[in-house]
Parts: sequence; structure tokens; C-alpha cells
Amino acid sequence: MLLIRCPYCEEDRPEIEFSYGGEAHIARPLNPDELSDEQWAEYLFIRSNRRGLHHERWLHAHGCARFFNALRDTVSDKFEMTYKMGEPRAQVKK
Amino acid sequence: MKYSALSLLTNAFSGHKKWPLQWPDATPKKSYDVIIVGGGGHGLGAAYYLAKKHGITNVAVIEKGWLGGGNTGRNTTIIRSNYLYDESARIYDHAVDLWDGLSQEINYNVMFSKRGVLMLAHSVHDVQSFQRHIHANRLNGVDNRWLSTEEAKAFCPPLNISKDARYPILGAALQQRAGTARHDSVAWGYARAAAALGVDIIQNCAVTGIKRGPDGAVKGVETERGFIGTKKIGVSAAGNSSVIMEMAGLRFPLESYPLQALVSEPVKPVMPCVVMSNSVHAYISQSDKGELVIGAGTDQYVSYSQRGALHIIEETLASICEIFPLFKRMRMLRSWGGVVDVTPDRSPILGKTPVSGLYVNCGWGTGGFKATPGAADLLAHTIAKDEPHPINVPYNLERFTGGRLIDEAAAAAVAH
Repeated sequence: MLLIRCPYCEEDRPEIEFSYGGEAHIARPLNPDELSDEQWAEYLFIRSNRRGLHHERWLHAHGCARFFNALRDTVSDKFEMTYKMGEPRAQVKK
Repeated sequence: MKYSALSLLTNAFSGHKKWPLQWPDATPKKSYDVIIVGGGGHGLGAAYYLAKKHGITNVAVIEKGWLGGGNTGRNTTIIRSNYLYDESARIYDHAVDLWDGLSQEINYNVMFSKRGVLMLAHSVHDVQSFQRHIHANRLNGVDNRWLSTEEAKAFCPPLNISKDARYPILGAALQQRAGTARHDSVAWGYARAAAALGVDIIQNCAVTGIKRGPDGAVKGVETERGFIGTKKIGVSAAGNSSVIMEMAGLRFPLESYPLQALVSEPVKPVMPCVVMSNSVHAYISQSDKGELVIGAGTDQYVSYSQRGALHIIEETLASICEIFPLFKRMRMLRSWGGVVDVTPDRSPILGKTPVSGLYVNCGWGTGGFKATPGAADLLAHTIAKDEPHPINVPYNLERFTGGRLIDEAAAAAVAH
């Protein structure tokens, strides 16, 4: 089970308190009428599915009930960092 | 060498010490007509059908690990075809048709056992949904029928049908034609049959890049053992499909999740069939060795780690113990995880790609094993003819742009 640090509660908590919210930093289009089918497919369905460092959202469902973002390695499942919503996208160190 | 009762007898006299290698470990040539990326059942099968049905024998299968070491060797070997939609009925039933004669065709016992798959209904919603499936299946000529609670108990005696059970059984859908097969045999059997027809099998050789010409068409693959030229690449890489596709500059609607399974200590025959309970994520059958083979639901997050969290299998075992109280004191021996590539509509992507010469068979998610011979046959057809077979036309990549999804809710092990 993963240990996840909620950036709001500032505590490491077990995974069963959280639910996964998919890839992070995918903004809903502001101009839906003008989007082509390709752009809708990109927004709705295409995901980076990164093998390595992956930006993703988590919801602290059984805690503060807030969404936050995380940077996690999908090969080792190790969290690099978690950060609050609205903070800039975490940089991946090469 | 053809395996038969006679060859078994002959080799018995030499103490089974003189059996020839099942297939040689090939050294990569400079180029091939077709390269298949991924040496699981799907990839090896595609190579076999390319050679057998389409006469293309200058083929290599490139595998980064060992044959059948990915999802082919990590699933719970359930084979069934009682899916809801017309497109699904055709593709999964095509696979079951091929399973039927597979052992004879490849001269390798894959132990396909039509012991029946029972899908339990625990609520009124389950009952209505399964009956809808049964009617849709009947219209498509797919075997599936309804059993009352008592009939289900008669078919599978270990079931707890008590009315005050935590997961009461209101009935079940039975596909008698469905069952299990021995997963390693599928990979090994296809590998041996393909190698006998001239296919090169290259293990421990990861693909690190896809090279494309100025016109965009594929020219070959970069591997850990150097560049190998080809004009046609078939990708059958399961959980790593999107990683391979990115090498060709393509982004795919795929996410890879861990899916766990586990086996118990071996016991005498106790489970006559396969039992699936989709609403509580419990999938169970008994292997020929006697182990209970149990499948869980997917973990919630994207991962390539081939392992998952304990609480997932704990929940599955809790469900198993509720449905089969007699297994409460069984001890579990091993658990493991595979990486399943899940599409937004839980149906596979099988066909051509926007890159000329690049073909794909991916997105089987939690249900790829059952499709092995069918997917392999269709991938081979698509590569050989440079166009999809009528069965896999709907499984194109363009459906995610056009909107004609195949939203298959009968897929197991994933919340849907």
C-alpha cells in the first residue's frame, strides 16, 4: 500500500484514505464550441501514461476531502512530491 | 518433432533426456519482412498465423524479457465470450472458436477446458443486466444462459446461497462453452509452432526505438542488440504499448494499471467451474494442479511496477470467503501483479495506425488472455493484407475521435 503525503493535512497517510484522480494538469477547454474532434479526443481520451515520473491528481477522500497534485514514479511507485492545487506543475529533474 | 503418444513412448525409453529444444534462441538478422514487438501469446500467435495462413515466414518476435513472462503468464486464464455488443460478440467468439481446435492445430496441449464460467448476480440490477447480456448473446449466437439460485448451486456446489449472506446470489449467467487454459502452454505452443515455420524468436532484447523514413513509414526498430530493419511492425506489448507507440511519435488513449492475482495451496478438486463476481471483484477457478486461482480488481493508479497493494487482494479474499465460506481456512501461497493497458471504452485497439507500416494490438485491459488466438489471427491478417479483417474494423484508433466507442461494460476487474 502506498503512503501518501497530503499537502493540506501535512501528514503521511495510507493509500486507502485516498482516491486516484487521473493525470494532472489537463485543463478543460475554455472554448468548447470551437474545438475540433481531434482536440476533443485529445482532451477526453489521450493520456501520457508515462513510464517514469507522472503528474497525477489524488483526492484525500477520507481526510480533508481535498484534491491535490503529485509527482510519482510509475516504475517504482515512489512519490517524488505532492503539492497543492493551483501550485505550478512540478518540474521533472533530468 | 511432432508430439504424439508414440514420441512420448519413444522418449520414455531414453528417460526423457533426449527431447529436442522446443525452439531455438535466434540471433537477430539484419532485416525481416515483419517484426512483432512483444513475445506474449498475442505476439507469438500473430507470428504463427503470419507464417501459417499468410505465408510470411521471414518474421521476428522481439521480447524484452522471457516468453510469456508478461500478462500471458500473470492472468487467471479465464476464457469466455459473453460480451454485450455485436462487435464484442464477434471478436471474442472468434477467439473461442480458435481456442477450440488450438491444441491440435499447434500440436501442443494448451489444456483448454470448457468447464463453464458462472457470473453471479447479487442484486436486482445485476439480474437485469445479466439477462440483457443473455438476450443480446442469444441474438448474436453466443452461448450464455440464465441459472436460478438453486441451479447455480447445483452447478457449483461450494457456493453459499443463503438468503442472509452478505452477497446473496439471485441467480447466475452460465456460459458453458467458456473455461480456462494453461497460459504458459499457449505462449510456448505458439512459439514452437511459429519457430518450426521459420519465425525467429528473440528474447531478452528490448526495443528502444522505432526508426521512420522521410516519408514517415517505418524502417525498422532500434533494440538492445542493434538496429533491425523492416517495413512492417506489429506491436503487441500489452501494458507497455503506449511506451512503444510514443517511440513512433504517437499518443494513445491508454492507461496502464496493476492487476493482481493470487493462488492458494493445492487441494483436491473442489471447484468444478470458473466463478466470476464482477460487482465484488472476485474471480476464482481451480487449476489442474489443485490451486485456487483468484483474480482481483485493478489498483487505482497508473503503474508499471507489476505489483499492487495488499488491500486490493484483501478485499477480493473477503468477497471470496463470503461467497465460498468453505475456503475460509485455505492458505494463499503466491500473489503477483501484471500491467494492464486499459482504454476509455474497455475495448481493444486492433488495426492500423497513422504511421505507415505500424500495426497495433493493444488495450485488452483486464481481459486479454481469452482473446489470444483471435487477436493474434486478426493482427496477422491486418499486417499481411495491410487492412483490417471485418471483425476488427470497429476496433480502430479513430473511434476515439469519431465517437463510435464500444463501451463494453462486460469487461471484468475494472470499475466501469
